[in-house]
Amino acid sequence: MAIDEGLLKSIPYFSGLSTAELDSIKAHIFERSIEGSGLILLEGEPADAMYFVASGVVKVFKTSSEGKEQILSFVRPGESFNDVSVFDGEPSIASAQAVKPAVLYGIRNSDLDLILRNHPQVSLNVIRVLSRQVRHLVSLVEDLSFKHVISRVAKILLEYASDGTEPKSRLTQQEMAALAGTAREMVGRSLRSLEDEGAIRLDHHRIVITNKEALREMAER
Amino acid sequence: MDLMPALDREKCNGCGLCVRVCHCNAFVMIGNLVAVVETDFCGWCTHCEAICPMGAISCPFEIVIEER
Ligand code: SF4
Ligand code: SF4
Repeated sequence: MAIDEGLLKSIPYFSGLSTAELDSIKAHIFERSIEGSGLILLEGEPADAMYFVASGVVKVFKTSSEGKEQILSFVRPGESFNDVSVFDGEPSIASAQAVKPAVLYGIRNSDLDLILRNHPQVSLNVIRVLSRQVRHLVSLVEDLSFKHVISRVAKILLEYASDGTEPKSRLTQQEMAALAGTAREMVGRSLRSLEDEGAIRLDHHRIVITNKEALREMAER
Repeated sequence: MDLMPALDREKCNGCGLCVRVCHCNAFVMIGNLVAVVETDFCGWCTHCEAICPMGAISCPFEIVIEER
């Protein structure tokens, strides 16, 4: 399959580039399809490429020695992962796994060097992208160190709630636990408390946010 | 027909715990593999996801905001 130029344009790494520049960059991009929920990278392995999600969703996570999973982020179309490890030349800092079948655009280390040298605009874009990632991680550290589980769960619900424009995200309690850095039972308990407070309603396979303001207050506690 | 929990047959080791925990008989053992039977009685209690030692069952929630 050919690399989709429209999609390349929408990737923050490549914003502001001319068609000619995009064309020359395209030559360095390879495509990788992941079937089902396949593992893409393993934490600690040599990082030989960075990836953009072209379609699907990728989960980036760390695993503790006891096997507990902490999700760092869900990477959606246009967003990148494993870039930090490629830039600093260290092993992959986290594992990555497709949540559903995914198509990835990859760039190998050596090619990335070339791209950055030849297209200074990309370097500027990268700084912006990495700053955003740092911001996201700092907010995650803040949540994990200062917030109670119930506030973290409330925040996750607000973050993942669909406003009807994008395709709905779906999260299992297991995934919410891994996002909140807690055990699955704690998520179940938090959801029940949030329901008791009247902020949400559990409706079969849906979590309906019935009082967004109340939920926001819980998230900020 | 209502939506049912998703089963990843590649992860399932056939331990049968889901069959025992589900009150609506949504899981049946066929040989040493388990299969999901669609039923209107699944209340999305997520016990099956919680009990499965292989992480083979998922009960994902859609998160939606109620229009007022
Ligand atoms: S509990 Fe999990 S591993 Fe055991 S039979 Fe059910 S699906 Fe398979
Ligand atoms: S969610 Fe509950 S009722 Fe539905 S299949 Fe699982 S255990 Fe059975």
